[in-house]
Amino acid sequence: MREISRRGFLAQSCKGVSAVWLAAHWTDIRAAAQHAHHTAQTTAPAKFEFFTPEQAREIEAAAAQIIPSDDSVGAREAHVIYFIDRVLATIEADKQPLYKQGLALLGSRARRAGGARFSELDAAQQIAVLKKIEKTPFFQLLRGHTIAGFLANPEYGGNYNQAGWRLIGFEDQGTFAPPFGFYDRDYKPEQ
Amino acid sequence: MSPVNQAQPKYPPADEVDFVIVGSGAAGGVIAKELSAAGFRVVVLEQGPYLKEPDFAHDEMKSLYQEALTNNHKQQPNTFRARPSQKARVQPAVTYGRVVGGGTVHFTGNYWRFHEIDFVERSRLGAIAGTGFADWPITYQELEPYYTKVEWEVGVSGQAGANPFDPPRSRGYPVPPLPIKSSGVLLERAARKLGWHAAPAPMAILSRPHNGRNACIHCGFCEYYGCEVGAKSSTLASVIRVAEATGRCEIRPLSYVRKIKIDKRGRAVGVIYFDDKKQEILQRARAVVICANGAETPRLLLMSKSNLFPQGLANSSGLVGRYLMFNGGAFAGSLFEQPLNEFKSVVVSRIVHDFYDTDPKRGFYGGGGIDFRFDLQPVAFAFAGLPQDAPQWGKDFKAMLKQYYTRTVYMLAHTTSLPVASNSITLDDQVKDAWGLPALRVTYRDHPDDIKTAKFFLARGLELLGAAGAKKTWNFPVGEQTFGVHLLGTCRLGDDPKQSVINRDHRAHDVPNLFICDGSSFVTSGRGQPTCTIQALAFRAADRITRLAKAGEI
Repeated sequence: MREISRRGFLAQSCKGVSAVWLAAHWTDIRAAAQHAHHTAQTTAPAKFEFFTPEQAREIEAAAAQIIPSDDSVGAREAHVIYFIDRVLATIEADKQPLYKQGLALLGSRARRAGGARFSELDAAQQIAVLKKIEKTPFFQLLRGHTIAGFLANPEYGGNYNQAGWRLIGFEDQGTFAPPFGFYDRDYKPEQ
Repeated sequence: MSPVNQAQPKYPPADEVDFVIVGSGAAGGVIAKELSAAGFRVVVLEQGPYLKEPDFAHDEMKSLYQEALTNNHKQQPNTFRARPSQKARVQPAVTYGRVVGGGTVHFTGNYWRFHEIDFVERSRLGAIAGTGFADWPITYQELEPYYTKVEWEVGVSGQAGANPFDPPRSRGYPVPPLPIKSSGVLLERAARKLGWHAAPAPMAILSRPHNGRNACIHCGFCEYYGCEVGAKSSTLASVIRVAEATGRCEIRPLSYVRKIKIDKRGRAVGVIYFDDKKQEILQRARAVVICANGAETPRLLLMSKSNLFPQGLANSSGLVGRYLMFNGGAFAGSLFEQPLNEFKSVVVSRIVHDFYDTDPKRGFYGGGGIDFRFDLQPVAFAFAGLPQDAPQWGKDFKAMLKQYYTRTVYMLAHTTSLPVASNSITLDDQVKDAWGLPALRVTYRDHPDDIKTAKFFLARGLELLGAAGAKKTWNFPVGEQTFGVHLLGTCRLGDDPKQSVINRDHRAHDVPNLFICDGSSFVTSGRGQPTCTIQALAFRAADRITRLAKAGEI
């Protein structure tokens, strides 16, 4: 409703990214940020902390259907998978079982759809599988993590090269000057 | 955390200072500055940390999830119920600032003055059944010089005479309005089309340097964030600095007050608080000023009950905690053809006050104001900024994020709440906070007229969005509120000790050396932007307290 009632509403809407997140584990997220920074600076392939490479491939494939790569970059190019991995290795270790269940669910649904694993299904099949599980706590959490990994500050490991921000047109420039948008460009006050 | 100001004294708690002030927010900061500048020795107890500009960051995750600047609902649970007959459940019910500077650190900075009518509405309109609707014991004319002090000393940008509905003023604003945004241009265009009036919004954010402080650099991290350049006129950036420079004011952060201590004669001798190690300390003072906000102030009085004051301190009227008012509101979203880039600069640049006054022809009490704004950083926008029927994931979701983020603006209406006695702050009898104190229990149900007013404003807001040329609009249904950030009315001003908690000097009717000033002092709710009035009351209260103290009458 009003400004901060809306904030309460927002906090509730963002449940996919559990609300205790940063509150409880600020030092861990700092460490995660440093890790991400380090990862970004090295040429060696990034190491996963929680996922096996095979698991990461499955989760990344699912995240890539939540924010797909089309004529512009998606969750995959924004390195959302590293964001999720770090989150699960540190501040949301309690969510690891949910991801393990989710991986099992993706696997069994993929086999029912005739594939060996989710990441090997074609896009239409992947979307069909995700539609069937979109009400599950696993999917809701994955959706929240994908969005946050796509749009939060790059220091958290995702939003690589500000890919998410570029897509939506957001800039964190520190300072702006008018005109800010299309409609205030030629503004003349009327008397 | 930055080092404390060198000029700050350190008062040993056992030494009796002149005043101890509970809370460093909108009111506490102003009163600390006024009393220390008048020569008194002052200790300000703030439950939150002392953060400064270098501690503030453009970090959405931290802002959204850490509750770094506000009360922490894990450590300080609230309980809520709509009616007194119900059992209250644990859920967030109030948010307030919990840092030095209080809510003024993260606020939006809308600084409307109240109008003359706000203080005398009961006389003009008559009684409203089932409410404590009343006139204030002071008028706009008495408060006007103090509104001017707020604008000049705290720092407000605006344009005198631009809003045809504004009350009379003795002096213009110290700095001109902030630059208009696309949302403001569209609101102006729409209002003109409908025969209404949009005016530059008075904002507690500096458009030009003033009092040695920086001007706004339009970074866009304003609402929910601390200002990194000190351009937002929090008490932290403005009056608290002046208070510290007197050398007589100590700001003591991480100090959580649990009780006002009273002697056998019924006078306050000081306050008992927990320090950061949860040790209890008594700070002695000749007088106590409570500025803890409209939720924590009544809670503290109720927690301070004693043999002399079995109903809670200063509560012979039974009105401590009653008449809680949140302000109402309505909210709608819209999509425009071209980018507005509303993520840049301050949140609001134009307002519409054509429906400020109650119109008896509508058949219900209420009035308010309308603005167009955008206050969502990217993550929050992806979760909650799109129309409710928008796809939740996949290529259409992504396409909407891309199309909508720079082209969306919201209509926000800010409206009245009636004072209803059962809407209240009380102590929960089951739930405790992390210090073992009874949790804050909120009982709240909007008066039917408040709901009608919000619906009326939603309709006007949608008309404005339509007239502005929105391609698409969406809105949330108006419902009963369960959550408040404007915390008003719970220790109301008045001349009659049976009908109010504090007198026109902000002195508790029941305790001669106890003063109260914050949102709790309000008799009626105003139209949804209370902070400027809280601070005008604070400047006036400090004036009255100074006179009484110098005359030996405390």
